[in-house]
Amino acid sequence: MTARTVDTSLAPAALPSGGRTIRSRRVQVLQLLLRTLYYVILIGASIMYAIPFFWMIRASLMSLDMFFEVPQPLFPNPPAWNNYTDVWQVGPVLWWITNSTIVSFVGVTVGTFISALVAFGFARLRFPGNRVLFLVVISTMMLPQHVTIIPQVILFRELNWLDTLLPLIVPLLGGAPFYIFLLRQFFLTLPLELDEAAAIDGASRMRVFWTVVIPLSKPAIATVAVFSFINHWNDFFFPLIVLQSSERLTLAVGMRWLQAGQYEAQRLHLQMAIALIAVAPVVILFFFAQKHFIRGIALTGIKG
Amino acid sequence: MRTTRWQRWSGLLFIAPWLITFIWFTLGPFIASIILSLTNYRFIGLPTWVGLDNYVRLFTDDPKFIRSVINTLYYTAVHVPGIMIMAFFVAILLNQKVKGQPIYRTAFYLPSVTAGVATAYLWILLLQPNGLVNQFLGLVGIDGPNWLTSSTWAMPALILMSFWGLGTTMIIYLAALQGIPQHLYEAASVDGAGVVRKMWHVTVPMMTPAIFLTAVLQIIGSWQVFTQALIVTNGGPRDSTLFILLHLYRTGFEYFQMGYASAIAWVLFVIILVFTILQFGIARRWVYYEGATER
Repeated sequence: MTARTVDTSLAPAALPSGGRTIRSRRVQVLQLLLRTLYYVILIGASIMYAIPFFWMIRASLMSLDMFFEVPQPLFPNPPAWNNYTDVWQVGPVLWWITNSTIVSFVGVTVGTFISALVAFGFARLRFPGNRVLFLVVISTMMLPQHVTIIPQVILFRELNWLDTLLPLIVPLLGGAPFYIFLLRQFFLTLPLELDEAAAIDGASRMRVFWTVVIPLSKPAIATVAVFSFINHWNDFFFPLIVLQSSERLTLAVGMRWLQAGQYEAQRLHLQMAIALIAVAPVVILFFFAQKHFIRGIALTGIKG
Repeated sequence: MRTTRWQRWSGLLFIAPWLITFIWFTLGPFIASIILSLTNYRFIGLPTWVGLDNYVRLFTDDPKFIRSVINTLYYTAVHVPGIMIMAFFVAILLNQKVKGQPIYRTAFYLPSVTAGVATAYLWILLLQPNGLVNQFLGLVGIDGPNWLTSSTWAMPALILMSFWGLGTTMIIYLAALQGIPQHLYEAASVDGAGVVRKMWHVTVPMMTPAIFLTAVLQIIGSWQVFTQALIVTNGGPRDSTLFILLHLYRTGFEYFQMGYASAIAWVLFVIILVFTILQFGIARRWVYYEGATER
């Protein structure tokens, strides 16, 4: 899949290792130094990037008292496992997780399916206005959310949708511009003869979509599904504005609700426990679906 | 005749779900927000027409707005070049033949997937006076400031935090690096080019499309910073991290001045649009597209 061409100009291993002259020994020493330096930088930087995660786990297992000890213990001893049972008491956390799960689930399933359906229409079918409407899709992709949010909130109020999950779910029923774009580009790479052959056999367009195009597009669809999950799970700005009652919040907004209370300092340990709960599904998904992330980003260059 | 007409229009059925939600949730609100920005509307009662007053007020009578624009510019000016340079070097590091490359790649990429309220929580902790950042600075003999309570250091703190999320940019660069044909380096070697000249005359030119793409994306993103500013610093201290979007949020959804907030939204939108168009304009001078005709 990835035919890699490695820039050997910097790879220490690629330096020439010649005969046993003094000069070549000097080259060898230099080579060894370079390689060591390279590993020191690489490993050092990786550790710097990974350490905050360790810090998160550590803080989530500290009792509140440990936060005020000087110096703070590097490894909480004993680990305050009860943070993970206490955390359910600080707010309707189970509701938050349920709400986030509902929105993410609809986004991943229905949202991805409809994005694919719309993308199929744009990639494979001729109808008046196809090109113009696709340009509109691309433009909305670039349209910042904040431009439309105020009238949207007024609209949702008129519909009595504020403080429900409907504003988060109903717009998903039309697919998402970015995923439509991504899938359309992918569908364009599939040979058109497949559709034609199926059509000659009497297959309807819906059948072509479902039995020919979808099975051939599994990698692209998986990428979209993965991105879609992450985006909905992490989404903050929009749910923050449309949700209000504590048991209606999504997990991200719930964490803000916790923080906005007056007891911030007193429950830092529980905040870290809930942060870890919030991050866990994303990290787990990342490890299982790593290649879909990498491929998606490399393909499109747009943030997940 | 009937079938052909049916065929001509049936494609619209496939895109209908998008078209309906687009008109309902995007196009309608988009137009409404222009009109709303010319009114005074407080979420109850009826909007009253004020013409361009909101826009005049923004630039003449709202120091917080001006402050938020300056803050956002400050952030953009440091964050964008910073994250691009760092991501570039990380991508170069990861593009070598090295055992365990996926592990290193994960370490650098994971933070950008977990971005959100949870990571903001984490950074509140890391940026405490005795937090990890200052402990690290202590190792090299620097006495770190109290980041989050200092109006001088709060913005650098948010920028520092943003560098943790270089993963996406790095992956784009890594993909671009891996797409550079090996024969270009071989040709450069034949011509006697060393490591530095290969980097400058082969790697960098071949990377310009990726560099351009990430610059556009990062600048658009910087104008829309919100979560960190709300959770980590809440705009403070003394408005030193008040970003435009945070100002919009407070105006619209805490003070319910929705007409005025719409005007902020439109100014922000136009700023983003102008920056993006400018970048595309300048791109012709420095972005190298393979296959394009040589000058």
